[in-house]
Amino acid sequence: MRMMNLAQAICEAVDEEMARDENVCLLGEDVGVFGGVWGTYPRLQTKYGERRVWDTPLSESAIVGTAAGAAMCGLRPIAEIMYFDFVTCAMDPMINQIPKARFMSGNQLTLPLTIIGQFGSGSSEAAQHSQSLEAWFIHTPGWKVVMPSSVYDTKGLLKSTIRDNNPVVFLWNRSLYEVKEEVPDGEWIVPLSQANVVREGTDITVVATSFMVSQTQKAIESLGDEISVELIDPRTVQPLDVRTILESVEKTGRLLVVHEAPAICGFGAEVVRQVVYHSFDYLDAQPVVLGAMHVPMPFAENLERTVVPQPKDIAEKIREIVPARAGSYV
Amino acid sequence: MNKVADVLNKDKALWIYKRMVLIRHFELRMQQLCLDKKKAGENPGALHSYEGQEAISMGISACLRDDDCVFSTHRGHGHALSKGLNLRLTVAELMGKAAGCCRGRGGSMHLFDPKIGLMGGNGIVGGGLPLVLGAGYAAKYKGTDRVAVAYFGDGGASQGSLHESMNLAGIWKLPIIYVLENNVYAATTHFRYQCPIENVAERAAGYAMPGETVPGNDLIACYQAADRAVRRARAGEGATFLEFKTYRHRTHCMVIPEHRPQAERDEWHSKDPILIFGNRMMDEGFAGEAELKKIVAEVDAELEDAVQFAKDSPYPDPATLTEGFWAN
Repeated sequence: MRMMNLAQAICEAVDEEMARDENVCLLGEDVGVFGGVWGTYPRLQTKYGERRVWDTPLSESAIVGTAAGAAMCGLRPIAEIMYFDFVTCAMDPMINQIPKARFMSGNQLTLPLTIIGQFGSGSSEAAQHSQSLEAWFIHTPGWKVVMPSSVYDTKGLLKSTIRDNNPVVFLWNRSLYEVKEEVPDGEWIVPLSQANVVREGTDITVVATSFMVSQTQKAIESLGDEISVELIDPRTVQPLDVRTILESVEKTGRLLVVHEAPAICGFGAEVVRQVVYHSFDYLDAQPVVLGAMHVPMPFAENLERTVVPQPKDIAEKIREIVPARAGSYV
Repeated sequence: MNKVADVLNKDKALWIYKRMVLIRHFELRMQQLCLDKKKAGENPGALHSYEGQEAISMGISACLRDDDCVFSTHRGHGHALSKGLNLRLTVAELMGKAAGCCRGRGGSMHLFDPKIGLMGGNGIVGGGLPLVLGAGYAAKYKGTDRVAVAYFGDGGASQGSLHESMNLAGIWKLPIIYVLENNVYAATTHFRYQCPIENVAERAAGYAMPGETVPGNDLIACYQAADRAVRRARAGEGATFLEFKTYRHRTHCMVIPEHRPQAERDEWHSKDPILIFGNRMMDEGFAGEAELKKIVAEVDAELEDAVQFAKDSPYPDPATLTEGFWAN
């Protein structure tokens, strides 16, 4: 066992997959010579050369387009978008080209590419550097979308993502860079489309993504023995492991979804849609989505913490949904 | 001016001629089928005809191999047939039949056959310009001398995607040929509203690649320009920007009524690329009238066979819609 942080997890995953498969390559802004502005790819260009790890100009549509065309021609590119907010500059290849190429071609084309990037708020970087945009790609047929919450899952899921023969958006929250975990030596894989029951419980199912998983764990700790929470991390948000979530809600009867993206039309809305449709009779309370307020991310730190659910907000919401136990006072 | 015989051997020249005629007659026949549907009260669709531009796609394609990639446009029937897409599968695809090259899922603007390097038409103007970078990069990555071609029009030349693409291709010296088919109109907008300069190819120097302005209705000139660009790319010297001046015989697509000045249309029709090439071959004694007429008859027979094949083919079974959606 050893200690590892998120950047190391990403680097190790990419390094191992590049060593394993000649066709895996990495492109993006500042990834080569500098090793990535988030310190995620140190020494990879030295190890694999400029042919396989290369610095692109500041040109998201060209970066994503290059990944698309290269994938159509037999490579397995990994293209980084430095802040996932910048994906807007590449929306034509992201929406109209990549996820549709296989289908439009009658399955003649396979695009085994990965678009990776960090997202999220909490560092006072304001509206254009703090978004959670996964819903756009969940909503677009043809993309898989992966959002790890832990160091272990990041490495395992990124390896699976790179090996997957379909277009995958792989997103990690900036706040996770500070996390250090004990992880095994060597290699490991975490399969896509398999949710993780982080913690078992009986009173309520909380589905949380990315950084909200650890924020929810803090909330659960603050609740003590008061409420028994079952915490589920979907890990892959599309295609979603709906079954694990339904089995949980059929046990607890209550659902709260927590994510950093705004609640309106977010991932949580989709989870609620599935649960209400499939498990309606098991619900003892309205399903709830706790997401960001519907405003652009403000700059001031205190305003950021107001917009995005904090552990205290999550705990409060859980208390609202789960009624007091018999014998206690409301 | 070179003689045809100086540039092409007879087999190749007649092969090119046949394909140009095929594209022309294909476009006419497909539009006729649409009008038949309209008369029958059905949705006729809206095809984007390539008539008038055949010299460009054939000049380019005559220099390419099956393992060279082509990224086409919404006006892509000519690109697809030039690259060698099977005629029966093309007609079937336009009719939305299961036997179509894309199982009826792509249609007119999305004809694909990666086995012959046809990486699809595109419903987004300029959509293929970022994609061609990846094909160029993969060719270099794998140490091959393959080249990649991106077609676009005078409208596409205004898209930011072109500039980002040329910039990156210039830095990395990618084996790409940018093929601008300047047919004077983007939908109904004349070129004077599209571009502040007369010859878009002048911009190429800003992206560290040569730019050429080529008479797009002269098959030999098109072929020679393409040949130069392809050789450059194969030799590792990087990308080339070719602007072909041409004209399409029809409006943007079938639902747009004719709006262009008669005099302009007459002038361009007098420069019909198929007539120019055919007449040149006959004038030089390179090929005879009977030979060329025989080629036209062959084309028409093959086209009717393809149309019948497509008409006889079933529509796709809805139960198969999500088959193979994810690649394993």
